[in-house]
Amino acid sequence: MRKTCLEMVYELAKKDNNIFFIGSDLGTGTLGEFKRDMPDRFFMEGISEANVVGMAAGLALEGKTVYVNTIASFITRRCFEQVVVDLCLHNVNVRLIGNGGGMVYAPLGPTHEAIEDIAIMRSVPNMTILAPADAEEMRLLMPATVNHKGPIYIRLAKGYDPVVTPEDEDFQIGKAVPIREGKDALIISTGICLRLAKEAADKLADEGKEVAILHMPTVKPLDKEAILSYAEKVSAVVAIEEHSVIGGLGSAVAEVIAEADFSTPRRFRRIGIPDMFPAEYGSQASQMETFQISTGNLIKTIKELT
Amino acid sequence: MMDKTVLDKRSKELRKTIVKIFELAGRGHLASALSLVEIVRVLYDHVLKYDPSRPKWIERDRCILSKGHGCLALYALLGEKGFFPEEELWKFCHQEGILGGHPEQTKVPGVEASTGSLGHGLSIGIGFALNGKYEKKDYRTFVILGDGECNEGSIWEGAMSASKHKLDNLVVLVDYNKQQSYNTTFEVQDLEPFAEKWKSFGFATEEVDGHDVEQLKSVLGRLPFEKGKPSAIICHTVKGKGIEFVEGDLKWHHKSNLKDDEIQKLYDALGVD
Repeated sequence: MRKTCLEMVYELAKKDNNIFFIGSDLGTGTLGEFKRDMPDRFFMEGISEANVVGMAAGLALEGKTVYVNTIASFITRRCFEQVVVDLCLHNVNVRLIGNGGGMVYAPLGPTHEAIEDIAIMRSVPNMTILAPADAEEMRLLMPATVNHKGPIYIRLAKGYDPVVTPEDEDFQIGKAVPIREGKDALIISTGICLRLAKEAADKLADEGKEVAILHMPTVKPLDKEAILSYAEKVSAVVAIEEHSVIGGLGSAVAEVIAEADFSTPRRFRRIGIPDMFPAEYGSQASQMETFQISTGNLIKTIKELT
Repeated sequence: MMDKTVLDKRSKELRKTIVKIFELAGRGHLASALSLVEIVRVLYDHVLKYDPSRPKWIERDRCILSKGHGCLALYALLGEKGFFPEEELWKFCHQEGILGGHPEQTKVPGVEASTGSLGHGLSIGIGFALNGKYEKKDYRTFVILGDGECNEGSIWEGAMSASKHKLDNLVVLVDYNKQQSYNTTFEVQDLEPFAEKWKSFGFATEEVDGHDVEQLKSVLGRLPFEKGKPSAIICHTVKGKGIEFVEGDLKWHHKSNLKDDEIQKLYDALGVD
């Protein structure tokens, strides 16, 4: 997914002289083609996120579209104020590409895990948040970021995740992607958790339960209309994400459902990282198991609710 | 105070405008604005290329007031030059006005970047300057920093970037009034050797009396100081300059709820009609 994302930056920049790229201190050779072919639009500015975001804002105020890339935890935490003031207050076209959203960097520990990046970004006016499920969706998503008005945070997953999005997906910023229909329960997922949602729905279907899935590659602005229309048809809703249960997709969906004025209440659960720093290392997969962000927990939760 | 530069009529008139804006709002960072009056005056009277009727004119020089709390001085100049109707000046900080306690780019014609939180303007200015190089435009970018602002690490991140990119179309002016909110800069977080710092970060650096109009005109007329290097001008100033009882008095960093007789004392001390 990261590879596709950066390749797309290169491809898009080749076609559009207004596209710039700024990295902090990325792996050697990153976007080497971009640097080779468009050196005057490629900057590697060192480990200085505040400066990088400010520079990007300056270029964007001059009408450029600027893609900025570094590790997700750094691009959201270290330079948060530059994100708020320089990007969101000016509402400029800067795209922050965060490597390793969620627990991708589990072996490197809590400094590198981005467990609250969506919550951070969601709280700021004008910010758009995109968390695609796989490389194919990334390929659809990137062209939509070129002319979108205002800043965007693009959350990258680990890479080489299985492709789970529909072949005929019509990606639009701000639109939910319906994956399957169902009358018994609704799973709402973002990012790579779509795979878990699909596996759970398949298994539940074998047991006679019809579970709908809405995939949210855009977490902000949230497609409330789609959520309400799908939640209307079921008695239980479960949100699943590789993120803290505070402030992410689950919180956003809870806000929509709580204010929905359904005639009968919907049962609702969030699956995500509890309010704690990951205490162990291991791998993304092992951490997901630890926090029960899993197909098994989805199935168990839906059975309890329906 | 150290600086004994005598202010001419124009400098006094600008200060009178600033005090009037301050009076009608009932609040503001008065002393922080008074130290940079001559800096913005010389920039807008003699140095910057601009057209108030076309604030986004592509060829204009860009000027960012990174120490956004000094905006009373900037507003006085922008209002006088016609970037917005003068009446806006008298609605500073009012609900229906466009001029806030810190300047906003989306609201005020002539304001190039929204500032107020310190340490942001230099990096944004670097973006402007890089764009100028890329587009082969000969506009220049001026960034006015506060001295207290130079406590922020982001300023020095930006300083490294500016010299790395050889941005000789970028000019930093530091309003070095040697006072910040709590105490003197020497006590809070000493910047010295200040000019040496800018030099060592790759800036061609000059020092001037920041209230001496002729000195400012002269130094700003010699830009860039060195081809291939960003320029820095350390402007030695006095916080509260021009109103004797405000000069150097830390309590005047930010003021609100002034009584009528206190306001009158400000006008009296300015010595203008």
